[in-house]
Amino acid sequence: MVFRYQNPRQAMDQLRDEVNRLFNGWLTNGTPAWLPVRGQPAVNVWETVDAVVAELEVPGVKSDQVDISVAESELTLSIHRPETEPTEVTYHRRERPSGDFCRTIRLPAPVDPDRVSAELREGVLTITLPRAESSKPRKINVKTG
Amino acid sequence: MANQTTDLKTAADIGAERTRSGVFYRPNVDILEKADELLVLADIPGVAGDKVDIHFEDGTLSIHGRVEPRHEDTDYLLQEYGVGDYWRTFEISEAVDASKISAEYAEGVLTLHLPKAEAAKPRKIDIKPK
Repeated sequence: MVFRYQNPRQAMDQLRDEVNRLFNGWLTNGTPAWLPVRGQPAVNVWETVDAVVAELEVPGVKSDQVDISVAESELTLSIHRPETEPTEVTYHRRERPSGDFCRTIRLPAPVDPDRVSAELREGVLTITLPRAESSKPRKINVKTG
Repeated sequence: MANQTTDLKTAADIGAERTRSGVFYRPNVDILEKADELLVLADIPGVAGDKVDIHFEDGTLSIHGRVEPRHEDTDYLLQEYGVGDYWRTFEISEAVDASKISAEYAEGVLTLHLPKAEAAKPRKIDIKPK
C-alpha cells in the first residue's frame, strides 16, 4: 500500500470531509445531484415515545398495491407502482418510477407485529409500529437502604 | 435488488424570490402525447386536493402544490426525503387549446389534460377521385 500523504492525519481528514460532503446534501434537502431519480421509494423513519414510525411517499399507489410485513425488528415493504398508460402513446418525459419495489428497513427497537397500523393518504404511506413491551423504557425505582 | 437506488426528490428552481421559507421540490412528471391531447402526470404526494394551484399564462403552465408541514420538530433516524411544496413550470406550445385544459387529482398524482387545438390535431386526408 502506498501512502501519498506525509501525515496520516491528513488522509483521515480528507476522508472525513468527503463523507461529510456525501451526507450533507442528503440530509438537508434530500437531493444530491449525482444520484439517479428513479428507484425505490424514499423512507423517513423516526421514533415516538411508544412507537417507531415509517413514512414513504408513494404517489399513485392504492392500498391493495402495498404489502407490509413485520418481523421483530424488521419492516419489509413490497410496493407496486402502476404504469402510467399501457396504451400506445408517445412519451415526452418519463420520470415517474413504476414497477415493483421491495425494501427492508431495520428498526431501531423490537416492535409488536400485532399492533402495527398503516395509513395511506394523498400518496403518503404512514406506518406506525408500536414498540414491544420488552423494549419500552421503564422507570427504575431506587430503594433506600 | 441490491443495486436499486432510492427515489430522491429534486429541489426546484422557481426563478424568483419567495416570501415563504422552505424548500420547493420539483415533482417527477410523465408527459405523454395522444392523438388529441397532451397528458401531464405529476407526483405530488402529501398535497391535499384543494392545495394545488395550476396557472396558465403566456404559454407557461405552472404547477404549485402546497404541502402542510408535518413532523417539523422530529429527529429523524433516517431521512431520505424532505417535506415541502412542489413547483414546476412548462412552456406549452400554441398547439394546445388553453381554454380546455382540465385537471384531476388522486392519490398524490395530478393529471392534467391539455387538449390539442383543432388546427394541430392529426387528420386523415381523403383523396378525391378525379
